[in-house]
Amino acid sequence: MSDKSNWKIWEVFVRSKNGLSHKHAGSLHAPDAEMALKNARDVYTRRSEGVSIWVVESEAITASSPDEKEPLFTPSDDKVYRHPTFYEIPDEVGHM
Amino acid sequence: MGETHSLEERFQAYVDAENKIEPKDWMPEKYRKTLIRQISQHAHSEVVGMLPEANWITRAPSLRSKLILLAKVQDEAGHGLYLYSAAETLGADRQDLVEDLLSGKAKYSSIFNYPTISWADMGAVGWLVDGAAIANQVMLCRTSYGPYSRAMVRICKEESFHQRQGYETMMKLASGTPEQKAMAQDALNRWWWPSIMMFGPRDEDSPNSAQSMKWKIKRKSNDELRQEFIDKTVPQAEFIGLTIPDPDLKWNEETGHYDFGEINWDEFYQVIKGNGPCNKQRLDARNKAHDEGAWVREAANAYAEKEAKRRKEGTAA
Amino acid sequence: MEKNHLYDYTLRLGDTALILGQRLSEWCGFGPILEQDIALTNIALDQIGQARQFLQYAAELQGGDADEDTLAYHRDAHEFRNILLVEQKNGHWGDTLARQFVFDTYNYFFFERLMKSSDERLASIAQKAMKEISYHAQWSAEWIIRLGDGTQESHDKIQQSINDVWMWTGEMLEADELDEMMKDAGVAPDLAEIKSLWIEKVSEILKIATLEMPEGTGHQRGGKKGLHTEELGYILAEMQYLPKSYPDAKW
Repeated sequence: MSDKSNWKIWEVFVRSKNGLSHKHAGSLHAPDAEMALKNARDVYTRRSEGVSIWVVESEAITASSPDEKEPLFTPSDDKVYRHPTFYEIPDEVGHM
Repeated sequence: MGETHSLEERFQAYVDAENKIEPKDWMPEKYRKTLIRQISQHAHSEVVGMLPEANWITRAPSLRSKLILLAKVQDEAGHGLYLYSAAETLGADRQDLVEDLLSGKAKYSSIFNYPTISWADMGAVGWLVDGAAIANQVMLCRTSYGPYSRAMVRICKEESFHQRQGYETMMKLASGTPEQKAMAQDALNRWWWPSIMMFGPRDEDSPNSAQSMKWKIKRKSNDELRQEFIDKTVPQAEFIGLTIPDPDLKWNEETGHYDFGEINWDEFYQVIKGNGPCNKQRLDARNKAHDEGAWVREAANAYAEKEAKRRKEGTAA
Repeated sequence: MEKNHLYDYTLRLGDTALILGQRLSEWCGFGPILEQDIALTNIALDQIGQARQFLQYAAELQGGDADEDTLAYHRDAHEFRNILLVEQKNGHWGDTLARQFVFDTYNYFFFERLMKSSDERLASIAQKAMKEISYHAQWSAEWIIRLGDGTQESHDKIQQSINDVWMWTGEMLEADELDEMMKDAGVAPDLAEIKSLWIEKVSEILKIATLEMPEGTGHQRGGKKGLHTEELGYILAEMQYLPKSYPDAKW
């Protein structure tokens, strides 16, 4: 990143319509937030996929790190209550 | 060593169970390297692939076709960008990847080293080249690496119009004046073989394929994809009255597929080695754009730094 | 006001949008970075999209079986009515941005008023385009500031680009007889008003960009009446090549 002509990476989050939360769309390069926003509009909403955009410098994101010994290969299988199929709902109730 | 081995085994089991790998998950170093190479080559192909079509934007014969072509080439820039993003999640730096392209170290799809010499080439490229690319990309939507798979889903969604647009152009030409029809046939003659070479060497000559299949980076072999593409494309050519330039092409009742003639593998390897008609021209064009853009990218960085500093001083004061 | 005057006036709008779009589309594939390649192509797409609407309207005013493509592809240079500014070469990124900035700033004020045109069709085209045009104006102004207040190299380059483009700015800001006639009929905006808004905005942005504003507004005229620079012939030779080589063909 020492090259003076190299732009920083930004993560782009797009709200596709009101009522939904922002969803990660991808990333792009820009020197500052203003241009990142404009680039995000041009790159990730060319087909008017969005009503609102967030851009965050990738460096500013702290991500949890999977334990190397117990990689995330065993997802939270113990928390079955998080899965909709855990609950038995009679068919007559219909789709939920 | 034993532990690494067991991690790799668990990784394989995880992939075998159709789970996706995400950036921070443990992965074999070779998996990471293979992906960076493949994704960046794919990104370079999108970016270099803009050039043969950009060649005709200013000469598109109607305003509608000009807009469509412009939008299509712009999409390719977007696709290159999504793919570079996916490669960056593996720890690669786009600048480095681009440097490798510009220096000639990295490969991109050889198809873009062929010239677009008539308007019908815009039809043939959309129909055949994008068609072949889509066959590959649809498969890659299910690739085991999450960010690559998501980029491909987005790309496939956007690409769906590209092939249709190409076929529509061919259809119009094939049903136009005799000169237009000849233009279309000539384009098919030139693009057919390079297009079916896009799927890469025969399976027995493609040593890395087996590992990629095992890791579910690839989900179908080169020959499988090639056969699917040919089976799909032959009737499309017949429908618009164009002839595929392969005297050995014929339907095989027994296999339920088309048999086709021998591919000129010598040409294939020559173009990969850099001896195609436009290898130099394409790389020169990318280098020129990159070099001439350096002062612009630098200026934007310098301004951003000044602004950040001013903002800091402003809040401090 | 006569119909052929409205036709001529609509051609000015359509041709200006078309030739600028054609010029900008030359950049596609060659931008300084992918993100900006995409951004500039968006503007090219918008310009050509607007051109189609104006030219389609002009073709309808002309009557017969002409359409947007007849006008775009089957007229010669002297029949084009675009302002000279937009046919000038792209040059480097700074040259293109200088041309874009002086044009977008004008176009923003122009379309803002064209939305209230007494001609419903022109008003509706302007209303539809307004959102994209305000985006262009913002985008190109931001670039002028970045380049002006970026590095010494970019500062010097963009100053030169602004100086070079200046000679072409007068034509879009000063009314001729047709502009006056259209203004009086309530069809066209008042260019005198736009000129003062333009000067104010351009000098404001150039000041932020630490750039000098050239004096006056440039003397070159002619495009609005069909008297063009040497550039247009080449643009048309390229753009119109297929329909002219194959007169019987449909595309």
